[in-house]
Amino acid sequence: MSSHGHRTIRMFNVLHISCLEDVHTSVSWAAERPLLSVHIFTPEIRNVAGRKYLSLWREITGSTLVTMSKRRSLTEAQCVSLAQKLLRERLCHQKLPDRPLALDSQYKHLLELLRRTAVHGESNSVLIVGPRGSGKTMLLGCVLRELMSLKEAQKNVLLVELNGLLQTDDKIALKEITRQLHLENVVGDKVFGSFAENLAFLLEALKKGDKSSSRPVVFVLDEFDLFAHHKNQTLLYNLLDVSQSAQTPVAVLGLTCRLDVLELLEKRVKSRFSHRQIHLFSSLSFAQYVDAVRSQLSLPPDFPDPKFSDAWNHSVTKLCEEKSVEEILRRHFNSSKDFRSLHSLLFLSVSRVSVSHSTLHEADLLEASRLISADSKAIILHGLSILELCLIIAMKHLNDTYDGEPFNFQMVHNEFKKFIQRKSHSIHKFEKPVVMKAFEHLLQLELVRPVDSGVCKVQREYQLMRLMLEHGQVMEALQRYPQCPTDVKQWALSAFA
Amino acid sequence: MSRYITRLRMRRTYKWNGRPVGEDRKLKRKYYESMSISVEGKTEDATVSSGQYILIEGDDDDNPFVAQLHKLYTDDSGKKKTAVVQWFVRMCEVPQNKRKLLGRDPHPQEIFFYQDRSCDNEVDGETILGAVQIEYVPAENSFPEGKSKDILFVKLLWDTKSFKALDPELMQPPQSPKSPPPSSRGPQTRALPTPDLSVMKRAMSGTLTRGSMSTGKMNSSEAESLHSASKLSAAKALSAKRRSRASSGPHVRKKLDLCSPTKNVSRDDVLGEILDEHTEKTLTSKLNTSPTGRISISIRLTPLNLNEEERVFPLSSHSPDKPKLTAHDKDDATRARTPSRRKDSAALREPALAALAEEEHEDSPIQTAATPRSKRKSAQLVSSRIRKQLNVLGNKVDRLSDGDDDDDCFIPTKTDLQSSSDEEEEAKIDSEDELIVKKRRGSRTPRSTEKTRVTARTPRKTPIKKTAPATPRTPRHATPSIPSRSAPARKPGNVLEEARARLHVSSVPESLPCREQEFQDIYNFVESKVIDGTGGCMYISGVPGTGKTATVHEVVRSLQQSAEQDEIPHFHFIEINGMKMTDPHQAYVQILQKLTDQKATPDHAAALLEKRFSAPAPKKETTVLLVDELDLLWTRKQNVMYNLFDWPTRRNARLVVLTIANTMDLPERIMINRVASRLGLTRMSFQPYTFKQLQQIITSRLNRVKAFEEDALQLVSRKVAALSGDARRCLDICRRATEICEHSGSQKNGSGLVGMSHVMEALDEMFSSSYIAAIRCASVQEQLFLRAVIAEFRRLGLEEATFQQVFVQHQALCRVEGLQPVSVSEGLAVCQRLGSCRLLLLEGSRLDLFLRIRLNVSQDDVLYALKAD
Repeated sequence: MSSHGHRTIRMFNVLHISCLEDVHTSVSWAAERPLLSVHIFTPEIRNVAGRKYLSLWREITGSTLVTMSKRRSLTEAQCVSLAQKLLRERLCHQKLPDRPLALDSQYKHLLELLRRTAVHGESNSVLIVGPRGSGKTMLLGCVLRELMSLKEAQKNVLLVELNGLLQTDDKIALKEITRQLHLENVVGDKVFGSFAENLAFLLEALKKGDKSSSRPVVFVLDEFDLFAHHKNQTLLYNLLDVSQSAQTPVAVLGLTCRLDVLELLEKRVKSRFSHRQIHLFSSLSFAQYVDAVRSQLSLPPDFPDPKFSDAWNHSVTKLCEEKSVEEILRRHFNSSKDFRSLHSLLFLSVSRVSVSHSTLHEADLLEASRLISADSKAIILHGLSILELCLIIAMKHLNDTYDGEPFNFQMVHNEFKKFIQRKSHSIHKFEKPVVMKAFEHLLQLELVRPVDSGVCKVQREYQLMRLMLEHGQVMEALQRYPQCPTDVKQWALSAFA
Repeated sequence: MSRYITRLRMRRTYKWNGRPVGEDRKLKRKYYESMSISVEGKTEDATVSSGQYILIEGDDDDNPFVAQLHKLYTDDSGKKKTAVVQWFVRMCEVPQNKRKLLGRDPHPQEIFFYQDRSCDNEVDGETILGAVQIEYVPAENSFPEGKSKDILFVKLLWDTKSFKALDPELMQPPQSPKSPPPSSRGPQTRALPTPDLSVMKRAMSGTLTRGSMSTGKMNSSEAESLHSASKLSAAKALSAKRRSRASSGPHVRKKLDLCSPTKNVSRDDVLGEILDEHTEKTLTSKLNTSPTGRISISIRLTPLNLNEEERVFPLSSHSPDKPKLTAHDKDDATRARTPSRRKDSAALREPALAALAEEEHEDSPIQTAATPRSKRKSAQLVSSRIRKQLNVLGNKVDRLSDGDDDDDCFIPTKTDLQSSSDEEEEAKIDSEDELIVKKRRGSRTPRSTEKTRVTARTPRKTPIKKTAPATPRTPRHATPSIPSRSAPARKPGNVLEEARARLHVSSVPESLPCREQEFQDIYNFVESKVIDGTGGCMYISGVPGTGKTATVHEVVRSLQQSAEQDEIPHFHFIEINGMKMTDPHQAYVQILQKLTDQKATPDHAAALLEKRFSAPAPKKETTVLLVDELDLLWTRKQNVMYNLFDWPTRRNARLVVLTIANTMDLPERIMINRVASRLGLTRMSFQPYTFKQLQQIITSRLNRVKAFEEDALQLVSRKVAALSGDARRCLDICRRATEICEHSGSQKNGSGLVGMSHVMEALDEMFSSSYIAAIRCASVQEQLFLRAVIAEFRRLGLEEATFQQVFVQHQALCRVEGLQPVSVSEGLAVCQRLGSCRLLLLEGSRLDLFLRIRLNVSQDDVLYALKAD
């Protein structure tokens, strides 16, 4: 498990290195966010905890309720596996907590707002703004769960969920709204009609409703800022216009991480927005952070095997008090306060637990932290050949000499030749094509990148390049490189070649 | 399926039968006994003569107007054929709210004798479709069974207020066919339609009758768009009527006592009045009758003129077939003196008009075929069957071409949606036949090549088109609606909730305070246009939230109220919003749909509207069109805007266009000259509300619900007035303040009113910048990074740096702060996090070390936020 996990992480890091941060964001976004509705609207809303654990238990052991109740205690392996399953669900499936942490006032505000829409038929619009991972979706999920447990709201509220990354223009968004509302131009799963017809149909439908008799509709617009980039902001205008006129009661909830989102709105759209913003800035102190870690790792009191869970919880409490663990957490806390990065740290450490190793140890966290904070490029450097490494060093010297000006292959080659001639003992001479090949490999890894001049006619040897590595990264990689020849190390350390 | 499509394009030709039976030298009219209508491609001509019941072309092709023909005459130019008629109405033309007065379900073939003095009873002779059979049924008898579908029954009389028993005497034509009308005139060109003297005279004579169009079958889905079609067509008639009303007693409206029609005379009114006086004078002098002019022309008799005279008047021909009367020149001179510029413009537009008219007449023969001209039932049956068939064919052609015009509207759905309003027979045609017909026609349509090109370009749509019958279809009667809730919404419980409900922007206030002047201006403008039966444009501008749309709605509401009370003629209000459509050309579609409930593609809709607004339709009510968010109707050629502003200038359009946009100088900025010129100079600008006005708005909304302290209200309104003057903002803040008050109220027991502190809190929430809070709550590394950015900016003396440069600073700062330096990956992650909440502006992260960084907040703000930490 652990070695497999390690490889995955490594691959993941490689992906990271290629600096597709945006892609990464959306990919991980999709991976991390299972559909809200799954959590909220399954019948197990009230989370009859026992039943849930039972089904988990059944999954693991294949035995039935009766046999379990007869035996009472589980084997250690089963316990570990059950505990892992629970924790994993908590850490990566974004299971909603019972109560959002440290967001009480926001929770109350939003709940009250939605309750008024559901019960009184009052239209509202609100933006939930907070950095990534600050718990916007979680907050909304909790609020909706609470709202749906209200008797008055339960059967009355229609929910429409849109996401700026999925509904990339108004046409798609309209179809999706129509589909989720099950309006009458939906047959099966298909929405009929052109864009214009759909818009007219939806507006007509919303217009026909009135405050007291039609069911309120809650529109959730995730990645709200992306909707503002749609043509003319038609969708936003219309939704907000409905929210400001005596039509079907709607609540328009926008979720975004952009603080300047209001500036994106056109002035007539902006005027129709109620300017209600709920900001989620975590003002968490470190002590609270550690508490959160503890509660995230603890097993619930209704865990089938109380003995195991007691032992586990005890070990977790002890773990959190340890100095080195505190240091790791402090480092994470300094880097980012959001829970999502914390979850990935804890997830990695929980994955290391096994039957032979049935409680969390300091080493697990340490290893997880090392994996998470490892520099992705330094890891790639470890996989380079000596020749490639030498070229990197040559480039580093060129960078030092020419103060970051771009270089070309010929310059790198000259630098390398100088080193071979003057100082090298362990490295024999390479043919130029071989060096070129190594250079191209670096190019493929995007450790060097051509300066974007757009001129293709330049010979490959003379094409201008930049090194995509920091000074520190090169030095660190050299330190850790297995069996690095000392003369190469010395060459790297020498101020000027 | 749209009805107008169903008609085949055929031409009707009208000619007089026999010689004029009489002549009115004063009015320069020649009266005829009958007129024959020949349809191209048919050997038999239909003949209509005085006393017969006729069908007259109207807006709705399936249900043409019904009338009894009283007189037929031409005026001096010899081109223009005019018919004097007695109108009948169908049930669907009776205003919806009055229908229940009948007290029973109307017979599907029932029509009513129409008695309304304000209705123009002269129509263009060339709108006559043919004869129809009408039977009088005494009030106590039941409707005869088993008669042909084409016979209409008349039992009662409708006088716009109530249904009354009809005296069969009224059904007789006012004069025997052999006693010709008093005067006659030569034919008149079609280029110069209505306002002929007879109309003006009739308007003054006070013996006006009114009617509205009729339908063969009751088609309730269309009734709404048709009801109470006013039959006034000449402005003079209306203004005369208005004057008579004004003399009979001032009609006073709430808060509008000042603007009773005699007083609120706009420019157009004055012109109308002058015109009236002028024509009155000329008329009286000509007629040599009593100066009041209240004498009916029908008393005068002239010798019979029985010479057969056959003339064919091709519609597009301009050659004036002048009869030999010397009086013509005189009359021409008189007409030249009446300063009607509109006539000239109509003449200039003639080619276009003629083209349209031609189309319209080509369309019609099916209608004629359907009219029970031949009395034999079998023939009627056959003809109706043919018509059905042709309808189907015609529809297919149009449907296909529609698809070509606009690929936004894909066909099957449209058909289905439209078919909901179709006749039953249409629905019965099974889809297989449809497909065959479609294919056959498709290959014959001239546009088929274009079509294949289009489909080749968008292959995705092809299968849908072809397999239309196979794909699951949209429910036929898809009605747009939101399901209703199980229990009605709860009513507000306490004072604060009540206040909140009242303060919600959506709640419709009893009155609109602070916009009295604007209200008055718009009201006067629209009212005068409606009363005159003319058209016009108005441009209203103002920043968002200044009550533009609300004021216009309020105006329309009060106008509708007075129309209800018959103080002004009925009008049709429709509204489009540039933001509520996907494309500027959809404006046509929406207007057409709201006017007539038809669906069409944008191009087609444009053509139909063009026809509707330029055709000299005999009876029409004024249309008031509100165009919100005008700037979004901008296209490169600006043809949407052009049309919107051009239609009101058409003589028979009777269209009032009110346009709303945000910027005052929109006409100058984005419109090309010919568009801006048509928009005209009737402009109005809504100023942002001042704090006093805002305060008044809130107070009036609260309407004695005591929820706010005075100071608190003043604070809100001053703050908002200083920022934007947006009433919506003001109301939202107040609403938020009540919430805050409610929450804090549960903790400490205050006065229960919303006070200063609550308002301050609400203002803070809405207006304070969140950047500083965001920086304060950022993690240590993020704060350090911001600091590093500023340090690097200072070092470089620029407001931009690459990530690499900042990262070096960041490392150094980490060491200073005694923190473990972060790796590049982590640093980049920190940087991205700041970028995603837009504290920093970043380039794409592909650039890695070389991505450039800028601050989105001022350096001072950052330093302030970090220092206070």
